[in-house]
Amino acid sequence: MPNHQDYLNHKGEEDELNKPEERNDQGAEELSNDFVRRVAEEKYKFGFTTNVHTEVIDRGLNEDVVRLISAKKGEPDWLLEFRLEAFRYWQSQQQPSWGHLQLPPIDYQAISYYADPTAKKSDGPKTLDDIDPEVMKTFDKLGIPLEERLALSGTAVDAVMDSVSVKTTFKQQLAERGIIFCSISEAVREYPDLVRQYLGSVVPYRDNYFAALNSAVFSDGSFVYIPKNTRCPMELSTYFRINARNTGQFERTLIVCDEGSYVSYLEGCTAPMRDENQLHAAIVEIVVLDNAEVKYSTVQNWYPGDAEGRGGVLNLVTKRGHLRGVNSRLSWTQVETGSAITWKYPSCVLSGDNSQAEFYSVAVTNNHQQADTGTKMIHLGRNTRSTIISKGISAGKSENSYRGLVRVGKHADGARNYSSCDSLLFGNECGAHTFPYMDVQNPTATVEHEATTSKINEDQLLYCNQRGISTEDAVGLIVNGYAKDVLNKLPMEFAVEAQKLLQVSLEGTVG
Amino acid sequence: MKSEKQYIDLYQAQRQLICDGSAAVMNAVRDRAMQTFAERGFPTLKDERYRYTDIAAAFAPDYGLNLGRVNIPVNPREVFRCDVPNLSTDLAYVVGDKPLFEKDIPYVASLRQACIDRPDLVAKYYNQSAALSPSLSERGLRGEAFLNTAFAQDGLFVYVPRGERMEHPLQVVNILRSPVNMMVNRRVLIVLEEGAEATLLMCDHAMDRVDFLTTQVIEVFCADRSRLDLYELEETHTSCHRFSNLCMTLGSDCTVAHNSITLSGGLTRNTADVILRGERSEVTMNGCVVAAGQQHVAVSAFAGRILVRQEAQKTTSKETNNNLCAADTARVYTQPMLEIYADDVQCSHGSTVGVLDQQALFYMQQRGVSEAEARLLLKNAFVGQVIDQVRLEPLRDRLRHLVDKRFRGELNKCTGCALCK
Repeated sequence: MPNHQDYLNHKGEEDELNKPEERNDQGAEELSNDFVRRVAEEKYKFGFTTNVHTEVIDRGLNEDVVRLISAKKGEPDWLLEFRLEAFRYWQSQQQPSWGHLQLPPIDYQAISYYADPTAKKSDGPKTLDDIDPEVMKTFDKLGIPLEERLALSGTAVDAVMDSVSVKTTFKQQLAERGIIFCSISEAVREYPDLVRQYLGSVVPYRDNYFAALNSAVFSDGSFVYIPKNTRCPMELSTYFRINARNTGQFERTLIVCDEGSYVSYLEGCTAPMRDENQLHAAIVEIVVLDNAEVKYSTVQNWYPGDAEGRGGVLNLVTKRGHLRGVNSRLSWTQVETGSAITWKYPSCVLSGDNSQAEFYSVAVTNNHQQADTGTKMIHLGRNTRSTIISKGISAGKSENSYRGLVRVGKHADGARNYSSCDSLLFGNECGAHTFPYMDVQNPTATVEHEATTSKINEDQLLYCNQRGISTEDAVGLIVNGYAKDVLNKLPMEFAVEAQKLLQVSLEGTVG
Repeated sequence: MKSEKQYIDLYQAQRQLICDGSAAVMNAVRDRAMQTFAERGFPTLKDERYRYTDIAAAFAPDYGLNLGRVNIPVNPREVFRCDVPNLSTDLAYVVGDKPLFEKDIPYVASLRQACIDRPDLVAKYYNQSAALSPSLSERGLRGEAFLNTAFAQDGLFVYVPRGERMEHPLQVVNILRSPVNMMVNRRVLIVLEEGAEATLLMCDHAMDRVDFLTTQVIEVFCADRSRLDLYELEETHTSCHRFSNLCMTLGSDCTVAHNSITLSGGLTRNTADVILRGERSEVTMNGCVVAAGQQHVAVSAFAGRILVRQEAQKTTSKETNNNLCAADTARVYTQPMLEIYADDVQCSHGSTVGVLDQQALFYMQQRGVSEAEARLLLKNAFVGQVIDQVRLEPLRDRLRHLVDKRFRGELNKCTGCALCK
């Protein structure tokens, strides 16, 4: 589990934060602006870099690079062919521009597409002793213990740094039940048939520009397979870390939950503070078969850039779940606090009759962050149900958009959707937008959407102030209350983290 | 650009004829509009706001245009008596784009005549809506509005000077009359000076069962403290295509209500742009479309956007779009959007798509109401949300009556006029 408190004492930026503040005597508003600045600077606690020998391939992208990545991973021919097809398709496409985002131009030739911090040993780490102690330390700092005895019981972790999975814990215990939890590279070697059956079946490489890019150059990520009628005994978790400079991370995660099974999967991510943008273009595919259930939770805390909007991660992600079986269930929960730009729509295709999908999201943007995030619910099966709860919080000069599609196909009799999107605004330089799309082609469907946008309720603030609660604490209380519907859906340890993260992200935005 | 080409060619060939049939003020902006249209063309299905309206296809057929201003013989009094009972209005007829006045109506004139009589006044407002400015309107959008500006020759001019008030509501009956397939480019300019008040009711009717293509641009300028009630009622038939752009610009402390009710029509696309420039203005936009029965495929698409600029603090806005699927072929697309850049606001939107409440149907049947009647009651109640907002009581009653008839399938059968025979 990411444990922020542990690392609070380590960080080197603290000295800078303790230097005397320039005082401005123009009243409380200015004071709070100071505070905002301080908090913004203080906010990102994971901005350190790890000094570890990393093998980075040359910058640039062409077919040879795709072949090189594939060769480095010792992949079979069919996968290389898949990558090459994706690459050729990507070349024929233009970067999309429909998002409510100011996406800086990305020079795809200036990025290195493969960085391996474990490359010291020829075949990658086999045991803990093989892992570079610096890498171990990094994950310790991040609160992700890779030694199983130290780990919080009940969570298995796959730790990915740059392009390579460093370590997957509790593999043995899980294997006893037939559960496969490993890096996707390993899965390609060990379980090629399973990977081949499902890879690209939910998000084909032709899906969109970034999906094509990812399909061509994806490096590591997790593979999860839950066999029939198995309840995964522990939470599975992947922790993504970008470390090397001028690299992109292209994670690929594939989760298959077979009939009658259940799994809860968590994802966390951080990156060092750098002046230039880092590219993160991931694909997550989830397949849910008959009567199975998957819960997918994300706490996204990539480096958001500094207060002037320099640097930060460009988080351009395609996540989709396919509810293939009858009575299948999938729930996405996301807490988005990081990234300079977030462009992501965890989606559900509800093909199985009576399948149910849920999407819970809290997206916080501050300073110059931009987020265009939401979900797609595609109802194809009969009596399918979906729920969307989205909470956006914008502060500083940020732009926060919800974009969601609810589509009910011709044959989706009795489909039901409820969407609710609320936005909270702090300060008059930020924007909060809602772009819902409802396409209903079946007259028996019931689709509801509601949304509100407002600033924090002054009555509530006054009420708290009257009772001796400072404005800062009151804002924290109110925001957490506002986001509670979503936070409640997170696994417990994650929820505590997310709550803290929200508070840190927003403290001082109201004065 | 196939659809566009015939209009570009026609304009080049007949520019002189168009100008001769119009007035200098309108001619002055024609070329620019045509140029914009030629550059941008019609919006395509790839333009987000037009995803469900194939404009190019609607404009592709060969329609006749009455550019030579040939008088179409029609005596509206004789053919049309669908007046609203108990509603005392001043009645004006617009045949195609040409107004016919039987007597002088205060504050109202033919747009072409107004251009000749008061060119300075008209030029101050004509085609000045920000929504029609090529630089401000989004890429690819409003192709049909530019086309209208290029081809419009006449229309209606409503001008209420400072502090004055229209005594009776003005009822404008737009009549489409032609023996052959016909395109009409109608233009309406409404100017309310400070503190002025006006009520307008515009009804669209088609007399002949030929194909009609109507483009309409209504520009509204409301100065401070003015008050406008604008009702639009469309009651045409399935081979009528209507593209209407309403562009409103409001000052401070205005009260504006717009009700647009489409009871029957073929393809209707109503676009409204309202810019609230001043402070404390209040706008209510109500729209209601009954798209069922006769219309081939009942498709309803709603694209709303509330944009609150950074300076527009203390804005309150509410956007609601409800859809009732009463037919098996019903398709509903809705995009109720919010774009907010100010923090001290209360904005909300809601949208629903659904079928008639089965429990309510059952409840009524238990109490002896037949299923068919129960359905009618529920449908009327659903539409009532909009019709109840109509401030003119006689009109409200009339609309209820018309809607009820529409749901009963007794379309256009009012007593006593040739149009409804």
